[in-house]
Amino acid sequence: MAMEEKVIVCKELTKRFGDFYAVDKISFDVSKGEIFGFLGANGAGKTTAMRILCGLSYPSSGDALVAGFSVRNQQESIKKNIGYMSQRFSLYENLSILENIEFFGGVYGVSRKEIKDRSYKLVGELGLQKEAKKMVGSLPLGWKQKLAFSVSIFHHPKIVFLDEPTGGVDPVTRRQFWDMIYDASASGITIFVTTHYMDEAEYCNRISVMVDGKMEALDTPGNLKTKYGSDSMEDVFYKLARAAKRTGD
Amino acid sequence: MPEASILVRDLSKTYDKGSVLAVDKVSFEVKPGELFGLIGADGAGKSTIFRILTTVLLADSGTAHMAGFDVVRDYRKIRNLVGYMPGKFSLYQDLTVRENLEFFATVFGTTIDANMDLIKDIYDQIKPFSGRRAGKLSGGMKQKLALCCALIHKPAVLLLDEPTTGVDVVSRKEFWEMLKKLKAQGITIIVSTPYMDEAKLCERIALIQNGRIMSVDTPVNIIKSYPGKLFAAKSNDIYKLLKDFRAHPEIESCYAFGDYIHITLKDPSSSGLEVLNRIAMENNHSNVQIKEIKPGIEDSFILLMSQQKDLVQLTTTK
Repeated sequence: MAMEEKVIVCKELTKRFGDFYAVDKISFDVSKGEIFGFLGANGAGKTTAMRILCGLSYPSSGDALVAGFSVRNQQESIKKNIGYMSQRFSLYENLSILENIEFFGGVYGVSRKEIKDRSYKLVGELGLQKEAKKMVGSLPLGWKQKLAFSVSIFHHPKIVFLDEPTGGVDPVTRRQFWDMIYDASASGITIFVTTHYMDEAEYCNRISVMVDGKMEALDTPGNLKTKYGSDSMEDVFYKLARAAKRTGD
Repeated sequence: MPEASILVRDLSKTYDKGSVLAVDKVSFEVKPGELFGLIGADGAGKSTIFRILTTVLLADSGTAHMAGFDVVRDYRKIRNLVGYMPGKFSLYQDLTVRENLEFFATVFGTTIDANMDLIKDIYDQIKPFSGRRAGKLSGGMKQKLALCCALIHKPAVLLLDEPTTGVDVVSRKEFWEMLKKLKAQGITIIVSTPYMDEAKLCERIALIQNGRIMSVDTPVNIIKSYPGKLFAAKSNDIYKLLKDFRAHPEIESCYAFGDYIHITLKDPSSSGLEVLNRIAMENNHSNVQIKEIKPGIEDSFILLMSQQKDLVQLTTTK
């Protein structure tokens, strides 16, 4: 196999608050187009690590290259090359679907013409033609999340960070969401995703599990199950996270 | 502790001047001392039902009774009887753990000590932080404090709105252990969750979607009533397998489920294993594994949702 292109190279990344190591020397690589599951219990340090990788917070030590840019001193370049969505912050509820696309497309530097050309196509693909001019706030959660994902990759980022994108979403829509993730991955976008649904962990190419700020496990779901003698990712996660000393967010 | 039942009849609620139908003629019954689950996604109507039952929201139509009391006429009685943990953290962020507990105890005319036997197991876990402000607690600790506050007046009925949403697998397991202990004390509990795997921890469940209850029964009976056969399959390229199955005319439904794909066939009399193996072979899959499996609650939910599809269209494309 040819050398895989690495879009995230993380070396001994550390974030310290006083004497508390929220993220403690984590090292890993993520390849182009990979679906990388970033798991951990509440308080394990996932959010802190993700904020650094997105260029929103500086590491205390160590470094990470995201889309080729350092989280230490090239944060603005990182932000231009990534997409982000979470369950909490996704879109502006008081803007219409088209307005949201126009706004976020504009923020990420997509040309007016391209926004115009592609936004109708996108709305069509999502089956939201009738709703295109409706406020996003009036849409069911599942549709909002699918739309938010589409918007987060509208500017063709190298990587998209998804923070619990399917929390609270119904089982059918959750699966449609994962179809979209697979399609994005097949088009070369790297997916960095957190989830509390362990069945979704199975859909990832590789899974990492953080425990107390450290990356305790990193492998394919199949290999992790073999290694921990488990028949499900839920059991693997339980075995790893149960050993955690610290609790909370 | 008095044993309390819950009776909900034809409850409906709309928002935005009737343009959004949040709860649509919902009826169910919870027996005294039962652990009852409302299982559904965000926006299904679970929180609206909770708000009506706790007398903080009026229904458009229909009736609800808690321990024999009407939620409209007897709201004062019900408020003394009910412990409620809303989905959103609603304690006083600027009060400490201890002050929050004291506040809620005082409001209900009781003391922390008088009810310590009920909350002790849970309170012991947050006791080391009793001087910390609630807003500075971690998610798991907030959840435990909220549960203590909901229990401080020895409620006959406990309503828990999505207590485990966004909570990791380990903490979720611990939380359900706590619920089991509370149930053993005779408290009637209604708990809502979007996690289908938690359904089996309830005695009876209502599967709810778009404001409608699709099914109410024990988890075992809901699974038993699953019509037809369900198959699980995987191969070297599981995503391609999913697409190949989905495109085939003999397949009724096909969706990802952890490390397998779950499949149902249009013709229930056909030999499923043969059909599926043939389709996998025609599409050149290797390492194909196909087996018939017992459905779970999530399979039942997906099936019921697909049967409701026409209604889904109706309610979402207003």
